[in-house]
Amino acid sequence: MRTDYDVIVVGAGPAGSVTAYHAAKKGASVLLIEKRQEIGSSLRCAEGISRGGLKKAGIELDRKWVATDIAGAKLVSPNGSLFRLDEKHAGNEVGMVLERHLFDKAMAARAARAGAEIKVKTAATGLMIEDGTVKGVKGISFGEPFSYTAGCVVGADGYESQVGRWAGIDTTVKPSDITTCFQYRMTNLKSEPDFCEFVLGSAAPGGYLWIFPKGGDTANVGIGVLLSRVNKPAAAKWYLDEWIKKDPRLSCGQPLEAVAGAVSVSPPVEKAIGNGVLLVGDAARVIDPITGGGIANGCLQAVHAGEVLGECAQAGDFSEAALKKYEKLWRDDLENKLWRNWMAKEKLVTLSDATLDKIIETLSECDIKSMSVYNLLAALKSKMPELVKEFEEFI
Amino acid sequence: MIVRIEKCMHCGGCVGTCPQNAIYLNEVVLEFNERCNRCGRCVKFCPVAALKLEAKA
Repeated sequence: MRTDYDVIVVGAGPAGSVTAYHAAKKGASVLLIEKRQEIGSSLRCAEGISRGGLKKAGIELDRKWVATDIAGAKLVSPNGSLFRLDEKHAGNEVGMVLERHLFDKAMAARAARAGAEIKVKTAATGLMIEDGTVKGVKGISFGEPFSYTAGCVVGADGYESQVGRWAGIDTTVKPSDITTCFQYRMTNLKSEPDFCEFVLGSAAPGGYLWIFPKGGDTANVGIGVLLSRVNKPAAAKWYLDEWIKKDPRLSCGQPLEAVAGAVSVSPPVEKAIGNGVLLVGDAARVIDPITGGGIANGCLQAVHAGEVLGECAQAGDFSEAALKKYEKLWRDDLENKLWRNWMAKEKLVTLSDATLDKIIETLSECDIKSMSVYNLLAALKSKMPELVKEFEEFI
Repeated sequence: MIVRIEKCMHCGGCVGTCPQNAIYLNEVVLEFNERCNRCGRCVKFCPVAALKLEAKA
């Protein structure tokens, strides 16, 4: 049995599998390990993504893992004011809601076809480190201990980010940059079947409530609450249950699944590499701090990770100096946007319900062609410049 | 720390939230180690109130 690889990827979510795919495609020997018994389960995601996000990461669309196409989006203010944008009608590229349990498997399968070996129910429990260089992974596979050596260990282990911490990379997130999330997949709903809805304000302190349609009368109905605003036990679930009770389109619904989780809404990690180790995806804190979306950023970052790892394997050098290329490539793509959206989020969470009402009313009077954080901030910059003055150089 | 296993959804959010890295989740089993300094951040985070600080001995 093989015990030495060029690359061991810890975590078979989208970022891990995309890293494994590109590294294997470039000729690296790759092992992809997943601690859960099933890749893509259990769900910890609202599953919304823009089509452009996947395209940028070179992922070809397959209807098998698309739950539904989204015609547009609605932003709802605390007093019920609405900003609604029909993307389909405007001729824009529409977003999608995924079936993550199928999408994640498809990404892992793609890695396998490129030559990656996969092990499920296989958890990393520590790293082998010699003279400041990561040399491999220790763990448990189906209850049996193992230790495998590798040129590079990839921490694609999500928000929990053990690999980074074991390697001495600071991945700590402060309470004002963490959201505690709860979601039901609900059915028998009366909400619009092809619109994503975002409800802002004190109904979800420091975060938002969402409805992401899953086809027909089914949708992901969820909430994120900023940890620094939590004021009662099980706050995320409490605020979500209160909202569902009050909204007649939702109170008729019934749950098919409950999902809990954490989302970082922070700037990216200061350092995503070390000698023989790199971080990718949620572990590298590349979730968009405004939307909480992580799939597109994680996959794009993973393309760079995999390609650089492939080159490192060819050169036989996985030192921090060699991995610097990865650090530069992903930061060029993502860092400015992540910082801008983090600053925008820091501002947004200070706003009162009355100000949010005014923002939504203002946006509904603007001629916004497509719903993106950039377009919304640009519209606010022209109509309410005082709101965005701290970070207007990014807009 | 008291883990109320009948409430825990094994989401791992407390693991990433812990500033001490005192929590480990192996698929469904949540374990706390001696680094836990009872800061309570995980208790506040838990979306389903599955964690509770033990009264001090």
